[in-house]
Amino acid sequence: MSTAPRTLFEKIWADHVVAQLAQGSALLAIDRIFLHERTGAAALNSLAQAGRVVADPARVFAVTDHIVDTRPGRDDRTLMPGGQAFITETRAAAHAAGIRLFDVNDPEQGIVHVISPELGIVLPGLTLIAPDSHTCTQGAFGALAWGIGSSEAEHAMATGTLRLKKPGVQRATFSGIPAGCVTPKDMILALIARHGAGGGKGCVVEFAGEAVDAMNMEGRMTLCNMATEFAAMSGIIAPDEKAFAWLEGRRYAPSGAGWDAALQSWLQLRSDPGATFDREYAIDAGELAPMVSWGTSPEHSIPITGKVPEDANARVLEYIGLEAGQRIAGVPINAAFIGSCTNGRLSDLRLAAKALRGRRVASGVKAICVPGSMQVKREAEAEGLHRVFLNAGFEWRESGCSMCFFAGGEGFAPGERVISSTNRNFEGRQGPGVRTHIASPATVAVSALAGRITDPREVM
Amino acid sequence: MAEPFETLTSLPMPLLRDNVDTDQIIPSREMKSTGKTGLAEGLFAGWRYLAAGGRDPDPAFVMNDPRYAESAIILSGRNFGCGSSREHAVWALAEAGFRVIVAESFAPIFAGNCVRNGIVPVALQADAIASLAEGGTPVTVDLPRLQVLSDDGRAWRFSIDDESAAMLREGLDAIDLTLKHADDISAWQTCDRSARPWVYLGENV
Ligand code: SF4
Repeated sequence: MSTAPRTLFEKIWADHVVAQLAQGSALLAIDRIFLHERTGAAALNSLAQAGRVVADPARVFAVTDHIVDTRPGRDDRTLMPGGQAFITETRAAAHAAGIRLFDVNDPEQGIVHVISPELGIVLPGLTLIAPDSHTCTQGAFGALAWGIGSSEAEHAMATGTLRLKKPGVQRATFSGIPAGCVTPKDMILALIARHGAGGGKGCVVEFAGEAVDAMNMEGRMTLCNMATEFAAMSGIIAPDEKAFAWLEGRRYAPSGAGWDAALQSWLQLRSDPGATFDREYAIDAGELAPMVSWGTSPEHSIPITGKVPEDANARVLEYIGLEAGQRIAGVPINAAFIGSCTNGRLSDLRLAAKALRGRRVASGVKAICVPGSMQVKREAEAEGLHRVFLNAGFEWRESGCSMCFFAGGEGFAPGERVISSTNRNFEGRQGPGVRTHIASPATVAVSALAGRITDPREVM
Repeated sequence: MAEPFETLTSLPMPLLRDNVDTDQIIPSREMKSTGKTGLAEGLFAGWRYLAAGGRDPDPAFVMNDPRYAESAIILSGRNFGCGSSREHAVWALAEAGFRVIVAESFAPIFAGNCVRNGIVPVALQADAIASLAEGGTPVTVDLPRLQVLSDDGRAWRFSIDDESAAMLREGLDAIDLTLKHADDISAWQTCDRSARPWVYLGENV
């Protein structure tokens, strides 16, 4: 047996190789598959039409999150024209295939990458795939989790495997401890801004360092969530006591003697000293300021005290309606959105509520909070956070992806400027012509109060 | 399963821009079908129609030029198929009759989706693409020889990995290929079941 030091990624990869294929590819075992209603019916129906079955339905899950309505009192009807068919057909296909579906009004419904950890569906050392690019969120638990296309989902359901070229591996080390109001969202935006939206292309990026060790699991999920905005196949963090404590007792996690055996195996899941990476990044988290995006790519992000770059692309400036050299703080906004698989968990809502308590959003600002899961919503309500949001003038919604992306139904109006705790500020992401600024929940909340992009350190 | 691909001759439709992303190929709002079909109408909708969501053709967009009505080949620029991994982009292209995309480069997920759906992703240099576009004459794509031929007899070579080429030529599905390893897979799982019992939920929950 080789004793060469290995990275965390390499250990998980090696543990899952069923067969080597030609040209550096491998047949890799897939432990968990998670579908959602946007593509779930297409994948399941196409599989059935080809006369194939889901090899192990107990390890496949589905949820309605992407186009399901998030207004109170919801049912199968959606604001997206024709959206209801996605829900009813995914339901029918999931039932036919014997797959557990977290349906519209299931108490465990929520955004796929939020509920999977809540239910212990993701575990350290697993391979987990979903037809959604933010599946990388779940790498926070030391799993290899990544987004795939529909055909690959079919392939994995039919065979329990995927044919895959081995990705490269990088490491981003965050030293130091971030100052108040600097969150994991600011850390990942800083990485992408410094090294470009293509920096992690084709790689798995391991996040490490003092700031990551000190971070809670929700923050680690935020960090891994945006690995895909760095063009990485996934992000991953070595599981530690915090990860184990989070998972213990969750529904699909092992229990009793099974838990002890699993834990023994999970303790090996860390990069060996001396393991080599294709590329390493070092960032001092203690020196970071809250970040906000000014343009139409997450790499267009700057410290909130900064200015739109002088050499900013003219087309981007035209879309976003800002000028080169303009200070980003103080730019007026029309709307604020708190939610998504990036920043829609309990600690995110607590952070926003801390800013909002006893205050009102600026007049004319449309403000919406969408908890990442129904469990997050219940926990937030148990703490009274919903009253803080409602009293401040926020809408308080049922869980789902909601206005994180525009599916053809509900959106913001063309030209509206939105500060958003989501992950993508692409053209049209939140509706045709909508101008999105991505930032942490703290920055979104204080900006909603002021009606303009605001440094949370001035208020909190 | 896709139709096997050997050679194809068609007048190529020039769409000479860089970074044609999957949201431009099929905007999110056009993904109205819950299946893989019913998407062709939404192909390039943002450019093809005068208004978002409308169906009045914009005569300025190349796809509305009647000369290209039967085109099965698209010519484009760098990084074709970037952005969201939505496979609907490829389904829409396939349904609209396109079998080959010739571009300077491709987003990797998109290229993989092409192969799985019977579309040949052909990467050529910019000058080759420019001359194919200028010709305004039919182009032949020969997959066994890995060649693109213009009407006047010029030829350019391209490369594609063996597995993709085999899948495209035989109209093979990746699932069929993998199921040839069915014994390996079940042997691996038997072993893994005792090493990592917590992975196998059927038995535990
Ligand atoms: S919340 Fe947004 S980014 Fe996350 S899965 Fe839903 S649509 Fe995608």
